[in-house]
Amino acid sequence: MVKNVEDVVIQMLCRMLIPLMQVFSLYVFAHGHSSPGGGFQGGCIMAAAFIIMVIAYDLNEAKRRFKEKALVVFCCLGVFIYAGTGWLCLLLGSNFLDYSFLSKIIPTDPIKARYYGMAMIELGVEITVMAIMLSIFLDLVTSGEHEKALEE
Amino acid sequence: MVTGILLIYGTEDFPRWGDPSQPASVHVSPRYIEKTVEETAVPNIVTAVLADYRGYDTMFETTVIFTAGIVVMMLLRRPKKW
Repeated sequence: MVKNVEDVVIQMLCRMLIPLMQVFSLYVFAHGHSSPGGGFQGGCIMAAAFIIMVIAYDLNEAKRRFKEKALVVFCCLGVFIYAGTGWLCLLLGSNFLDYSFLSKIIPTDPIKARYYGMAMIELGVEITVMAIMLSIFLDLVTSGEHEKALEE
Repeated sequence: MVTGILLIYGTEDFPRWGDPSQPASVHVSPRYIEKTVEETAVPNIVTAVLADYRGYDTMFETTVIFTAGIVVMMLLRRPKKW
């Protein structure tokens, strides 16, 4: 279904571009606190890096690097991290998603703890957005028949 | 046509663009602008509002994306033997 078309120029370009995009995605995610950016944008850039890999190489190459099961696990893991942060605050004795009480387990003052709490939920958002974007793309590009696409 | 005319008539009562005393910018916005850095140590107000003050909203935004992805999987993926 998805044929492997060899093109040296595109493959070499993507070989340089993909790590750059992944690092840039982490930069956008980590700098969401002090500049425009955050989990949603970073996740989309990270998913775009994998989508470029599918376009430049082929589907099997991308799926060899990012397993189907791992993708589903990552989808759930992101939401779990987000909700887990909320529950952690609840267990430490404050309201749901009130990060200032995280200072009991992170060695900082309550105000800085809110900063790290936000970083944690942004991480959850990033993981979910990345996995879902990639999953939707792979479903559309193979019309849902992953096994058949792998055989060809 | 009538609805359009009514809507255009309704825009007459809007506050002027960029008016600092309009209701949207006197309710909670000044508090966010003044207190964000000292309350959350985050220089970016957008992130602070998104992830902290409106954290519950963002959690369900993430859940909406998650649900959308799961539904696409359910609709498009076919098992080997149909």
